[in-house]
Amino acid sequence: MHATVRPAVSVKIPPVATSATNRESASALSMRMTISKVNFFYGAKQTLFDVSLGIATNKVTSLIGPSGCGKSTLLRTLNRMHETVRGARLEGEILLDGQNILAQDVTAHRRRVGMVFQRPNPFPKSIFDNVAYGLNINGSKTPIAEAVEKSLRHAALWDEVKDHLHKSAYELSGGQQQRLCIARALAVEPEVLLLDEPCSALDPISTAKIEELLVQLKDLCTIAIVTHNMQQAARVSDFTAFLLTGQLIEFSPTPQLFTTPGDPRTEAYITGRFG
Amino acid sequence: MNARLRWRKFLSAFMLTMTGVCALISVSVLFFILGYLVYHGGTSISWNFFTKLPAPVGEIGGGMANAIVGSGKLLLIATLFGVPIGFLGAIYLAEFSGSTTAFVVRYAADLLNGVPSIVIGIFAYALAVLPFKHFSTLAGGFALGLMMIPITLRSTEEFLRGVPKALREAAMALGASKWKTITSVIVPAAYRGILTAILLAFARVAGETAPLLFTAFGNRFWSNGWNQPTASLPAMIYTYAIAPYDDWHRQAWAAGLVLLGLILIINIVARAILSRGIAVPRA
Repeated sequence: MHATVRPAVSVKIPPVATSATNRESASALSMRMTISKVNFFYGAKQTLFDVSLGIATNKVTSLIGPSGCGKSTLLRTLNRMHETVRGARLEGEILLDGQNILAQDVTAHRRRVGMVFQRPNPFPKSIFDNVAYGLNINGSKTPIAEAVEKSLRHAALWDEVKDHLHKSAYELSGGQQQRLCIARALAVEPEVLLLDEPCSALDPISTAKIEELLVQLKDLCTIAIVTHNMQQAARVSDFTAFLLTGQLIEFSPTPQLFTTPGDPRTEAYITGRFG
Repeated sequence: MNARLRWRKFLSAFMLTMTGVCALISVSVLFFILGYLVYHGGTSISWNFFTKLPAPVGEIGGGMANAIVGSGKLLLIATLFGVPIGFLGAIYLAEFSGSTTAFVVRYAADLLNGVPSIVIGIFAYALAVLPFKHFSTLAGGFALGLMMIPITLRSTEEFLRGVPKALREAAMALGASKWKTITSVIVPAAYRGILTAILLAFARVAGETAPLLFTAFGNRFWSNGWNQPTASLPAMIYTYAIAPYDDWHRQAWAAGLVLLGLILIINIVARAILSRGIAVPRA
C-alpha cells in the first residue's frame, strides 16, 4: 500500500506562511515556533526530510500521518526530547520566539515547552505532588498550593480531585490521569504544550473531555498535537500538517486540508485509502 | 484413545502432586529449622543471655551480650561501607554507563558474589588486618561490606532499570535535569525494591562466619571502640557448637535463635516502612 504513495524526493513543500494565509493574514498570525529544514537521523536512518513549518501562537496545530511517518519524532524535537535517545541527530533550525532552541539550556527550554505523552505517566506520588513537581524542581517562588489548584482547574480536573489531593495519582482513571499529566505540564506555565497522541490509550468519553480541554487551553498556550485520529485533528486543530515517510506533504488550515486537500496523497490518506 | 486419555490424566495428576509436594518441602525446611531452633534455643534464652558476658570455661550460665553488640557493630560498618558503594555503582550502571561497561561491571559483580566467603575473609585479612597487626571490628565489617556490594549493586540496578521509561520522560519533559530525575523520580519509584535488596544483603551477611574468623576474630569480653577484636553471634555459634560442653551447646542454640530473631525483626520493621508510600503499579 505504502509503495503506491511513497513521495518522490522532489516533492514541493508549500512555504510555511503562504498556505496558512488563506483565511488569516500572515501578519495577524505570529509563529511561536518555526521549524526550518529539519532533517533527523536515528543512527544512519533518516526519519525526517527537510521539514519546515510554523507553530502558530495560541493555535492548535496537529500533525497527522500514518505510523512511522515521523510525526512523533518531529514533535519530540520541539522540546528536545530526541536527545534522550542515543544516536539521534538533528540538522536544521528550530526557533522558539525567534531563538534557536538548540542553543538554549535544555532544562530551561523544556520548562518553556511542555509535553504530554501517549500513555498517562503520573509519578508514583500524590495528585498534589504530581502537579507540584515541576514547580518544586524549579525552586518556584509562587505559592505552590495556589499554582496546583490553578493548573488542575485549567486541566478541568479540579472538581473531581479537590477533596483527595493527597491520594495516589494511580487511583485516578486513565482519562483523569491524562488530565493530571496535562495539569502537571501546565503548572510550570509553558509557552508551548506538545501532546503526543494523548488520547490513544483513552476511552471515547475521556477523549472528548481532553479534546474540549485543548480548545480551551489555546488561550493559555500554543498547542501542537500528534494524532492518529483524523477526526480528532479536524475537531481540535486550527492547522494541520500531513506527514508521510518523513516528509511534510501538506500544511494548511485544518478545514482546508480536510475539505480541499492540495495533494493527492493527502486526499488518499484522509479518505482512508491507506494508513 | 481411551488409554491415552487415562495416561494423560494420570500424568497430569502425578505432576501436580509432585509440584505440590516440592513446594511443601521447601516451606517445611524453613519451618523445621525454625521449630528446631525454638525448641533447643528457646529454653536456653534468658535475660542473662542478653546482658551478661560469656561465663568462664567450666562455669554454667553467662550470656552473649558482647556478641550481640559485636554483630550489630560489624553489620553497621558493613552496611555503611557496602551499601553506598553498591547503590551509587548501580545508579551509574543503570543510568549513565554504556552497555559494554555495564556488562563488564555486572559480570565482575556476579563473580564477586560467587567468591567463597572464606576467600573474602582472607582478602580482608591481608588488607585490613596484616598492615595493622591486629584483628578489629573494622576489618570484620570491611569483609562483610565487601560481600554486600555485589548483592546491593545487582539488585538495585535491576530495580532502577525496572522504572518505566515513561516516568523518566515525564520528569525530563518538565525540565528536570538528569540528576534531578534520578533523585526525585527514579530512586523514589524504585526504593521499595532497593530497600528489599539491601535487606537481603544484610540478612545474608548477618549470618556469615567465615569472613569473620580472621578479621573480627572473636572476643570473650567487651570490645571497646572499633579497633579491637570483637565477638559476633555467628562466630560464637561456631565456637560454642563445637565445644565439648552441653551448656555451651545450649547457648549456641540460643545464639542461633537470637540471630534469626534479629534478622526477622529488621525485616518486619523495614517491610512496615515499605508498605507506606505509593508504588508504581505493574504494567
